[in-house]
Amino acid sequence: MNDIQLSHINKSYGKIEAVKDINLSVSQGEMFGLIGPDGAGKTTIFRILTTLLIPDTGKASVCGYDTVRDYKIIRNMVGYMPGRFSLYQDLSIEENLNFFATVFNTTVTENYDLIKDIYVQIEPFKKRRAGKLSGGMKQKLALCCALVHRPRVLFLDEPTTGVDPVSRNEFWDMLGKLKSQGITIFVSTPYMDEASRCDRIALIQNGSILSVDTPANISASFSRILWTVRANDMYKLLADLRAWPLTYSCFAFGDKHHLVLKEATDKKNLYGYLQMKEHENVLIDTAKPGIEDCFMALLGDNVK
Amino acid sequence: MMILLLMPIILIILFGYAITTEVKQVQIAIYDQSRTPLTERIIERLEANEYFSLYKMVNSEVEVQDLFRKGKVKLVVVFPAQYKGLSDEYVQIQTDATDPNEAQQLAGYATSIIRSELQSSQVQIKEISSPVVVPVVHLLYNPLMKGAYNFVPGVMGLILLLICALMTSVGIVKEKETGTMEILLVSPMKPIFIVIAKMVPYLLLSFINVITILLLSRFLLQVPINGSVTLLIAISVLYSLVSLSLGLLISTVTNTQQAAMLISAVVLMLPVVLLSGMVFPIGNMPDVLQWLSNIVPAKWYIAAVRDVMIKGLGVEAVALDITVLAVMVIFLTTVSVKRFKVRME
Repeated sequence: MNDIQLSHINKSYGKIEAVKDINLSVSQGEMFGLIGPDGAGKTTIFRILTTLLIPDTGKASVCGYDTVRDYKIIRNMVGYMPGRFSLYQDLSIEENLNFFATVFNTTVTENYDLIKDIYVQIEPFKKRRAGKLSGGMKQKLALCCALVHRPRVLFLDEPTTGVDPVSRNEFWDMLGKLKSQGITIFVSTPYMDEASRCDRIALIQNGSILSVDTPANISASFSRILWTVRANDMYKLLADLRAWPLTYSCFAFGDKHHLVLKEATDKKNLYGYLQMKEHENVLIDTAKPGIEDCFMALLGDNVK
Repeated sequence: MMILLLMPIILIILFGYAITTEVKQVQIAIYDQSRTPLTERIIERLEANEYFSLYKMVNSEVEVQDLFRKGKVKLVVVFPAQYKGLSDEYVQIQTDATDPNEAQQLAGYATSIIRSELQSSQVQIKEISSPVVVPVVHLLYNPLMKGAYNFVPGVMGLILLLICALMTSVGIVKEKETGTMEILLVSPMKPIFIVIAKMVPYLLLSFINVITILLLSRFLLQVPINGSVTLLIAISVLYSLVSLSLGLLISTVTNTQQAAMLISAVVLMLPVVLLSGMVFPIGNMPDVLQWLSNIVPAKWYIAAVRDVMIKGLGVEAVALDITVLAVMVIFLTTVSVKRFKVRME
């Protein structure tokens, strides 16, 4: 049985269509990633699934229960961590955790084994107020609070936004452990590099889902050759590459430019073009496409 | 948080000592054109009275106008030449009517002082020319005309509303603003418990405030508590419940703390000050406003507190007020619980 099921979901705020005809299913014990830029409609999908919003049309269900009709049952079974840090800033770590345990009719000790790995990391600061914690610690505390009642499905809306890369890595390790305990995890992120940690991902843009598959399959679906290009003047290089008639798309990507061409061509051909444009120290290579390249390509296909 | 406990104390002391409508030691001037023993005795009496203090004896009408213009005096008594205190003679009392209520009050005091002196002197010289009707005024419930008797119920009405309605609405809206409401909603906790949890602390707080105000007014301002204290507290708790449900209603229609505060201040505070009878007597208002004042909970509460606390009446005298307040609680709670959103929209 699918733990999460969305079929033909539409939701508008006034004239703005937040999500359009969303169809998704997530099976039990799966870690599912919703990948997309800010404003793509991720939070709206979370709020529909956590029974906070009613979709305009379509049906959504969590653990087989309808999000509109059976919202009270769903609220007992899910853990939810909203995108914004939403704990009581004036309460300490300990007090927040105890408070949410009470809200969910349980105690911290009852499910301590589930949160132990995460809680020991913030335990030295348990008397500190939540408002005074660092971004990484806040997220760990929020995760503890969302897990304290041993939910069957965990909803994490951009849990790693505003968190340093080391803590982000740790956070995903923790999610991996939770998944191994059989908890279904539905997570969103704007960071493409985190996508590969999920079992399956959905790429979303402007309220529509572009593609749903495993990260490996999505990367493999990238059919063209991906070139990486470097030179001394990166800005001029980007402009020149985009102006080249053979170029399909070109994006700045860290310290390199990722280039996709309309047709297969020889490396020399590209090299010659850049020589003509008087670029120095030109380095050209090919690379294995990542999720972000696929996302950009899908976006490009969508626009064109 | 401390401010909520201190506010009633500050308000009571402010109203009790600083903001007072009572007349005390008002500067007056006297223009005595006759200078007879009779007028001197009257002047002496005026001077000896705690309401007035003699600023200056003046010698011309021009000087009188000058004193008024400079704001040195608020009342001038003018005795005509050869004044004998006969009934066809007139003593002129001039007052500064920029504050009409105060002017009227001052003129009344001055008149009664002069009249009583005239009566005693007439008895002395045994010259009863014509029978004078002397009204004997007996002031019921508040013989000393103390302002405290009026404002203590008013301050209670104001503070309970402020704490219960404003703090509850801000408290609930704050949860919406910080996002904690989002988590609380996605939990098995019933919304009604969220609401009750928000109300209980402020109900307790207002209970403490009622006790503070009663103690202060009894022992600091010497306002007697003539009726049953239990009844008084019971009415206050009922009124607190009305205020709490008003706060809850406000929280269901606003999404920011500022908006909640503004609505509490404008929609709740102003009517309490203006339409509850705390400052302006309701009987003097136009019919529309009198009618409107009926939907102001504070009007019923303040009336009930006056009846119980000052007049010492029992429960049967305030049955109507209690019924109206109870109906308000039921109505407001039902509406706001219906309006309370179990989702985000």
